[in-house]
Amino acid sequence: MTRRQASARRPLALAYCALVVAAWPGPGHAETLRLTIENMAFADALASARVGDTIEWSNLDIVAHTVTARDGSFDIVILPGKTGRTVLRKAGKATFYCRYHSSMAGKIDIRPD
Amino acid sequence: MDILTTVRHAAATAFVLAAFGTTPGSAQPAPKPTDPQIAHIAYTADDIDIKNAKLALEKSRNKEVRAFADDMVRDHTAVNVRALALVGKLKVTPEDNPTSQSLVKQQDAERAKLASLSGSAFDKAYVANEAAYHGAVNGALETTLIPASQNAELKSLLQSGLGIFQEHQKHAEHLATLVK
Ligand SMILES: [Cu+2]
Repeated sequence: MTRRQASARRPLALAYCALVVAAWPGPGHAETLRLTIENMAFADALASARVGDTIEWSNLDIVAHTVTARDGSFDIVILPGKTGRTVLRKAGKATFYCRYHSSMAGKIDIRPD
Repeated sequence: MDILTTVRHAAATAFVLAAFGTTPGSAQPAPKPTDPQIAHIAYTADDIDIKNAKLALEKSRNKEVRAFADDMVRDHTAVNVRALALVGKLKVTPEDNPTSQSLVKQQDAERAKLASLSGSAFDKAYVANEAAYHGAVNGALETTLIPASQNAELKSLLQSGLGIFQEHQKHAEHLATLVK
């Protein structure tokens, strides 16, 4: 589990705070988060990230999916067995879904850098 | 879903289920299919749904229905690419069988019926058939084809297919409530 995913767990957040601050390299150090799409679902349906970070999605299914932001800020098609990237530009809660399979949805909590 | 749609849906489901020899009370249970037969049934079932979708793309002007048909062509084609690669790798020759033949015959008849409709009558009938057809194929996958498959890779491909087709079934059922 990455630091990001752990810090998204509310009950742990306070206890974690000191660690996160100590480990945080400061502004401008964008990271790449790797998330998977598998079995017709976004595996990490509730991720947490910072503005400037990149998300690299891996599609482990045998059919294509899209990762489409409801506000239109990103929309990528990811073929079976391939990866696709989105750079997070805007702070806030980004909700996204798959245009091909509307039951697939997820959310990223994007914090300001 | 109104009563008429529900009745049509149930009738269509029973109709498609009969092809798999799984109709409740059918005289003899169908013999357990072999891997070459299962591969043939799975490929045929995908191919039929691609044909149904292509008819919808010729006839429908409804945006949601057309998007659904695009999804069906894309996903069922992708699954069949995998199926062909797998039978090639395993050196299995898919074997035609009464279940495949019955599915083809039924859905040929269904498409002939659909071809005579237009506008929202077509959209409603296409979507109802898609919900019923996916329901029947998913039922057959769960109760017959997946349990009967011997090769682990074939079983795993069928399981992936089931997950995809369950999403299609939900999508078709949802669409049925929107297409008036
Ligand atoms: Cu998808």
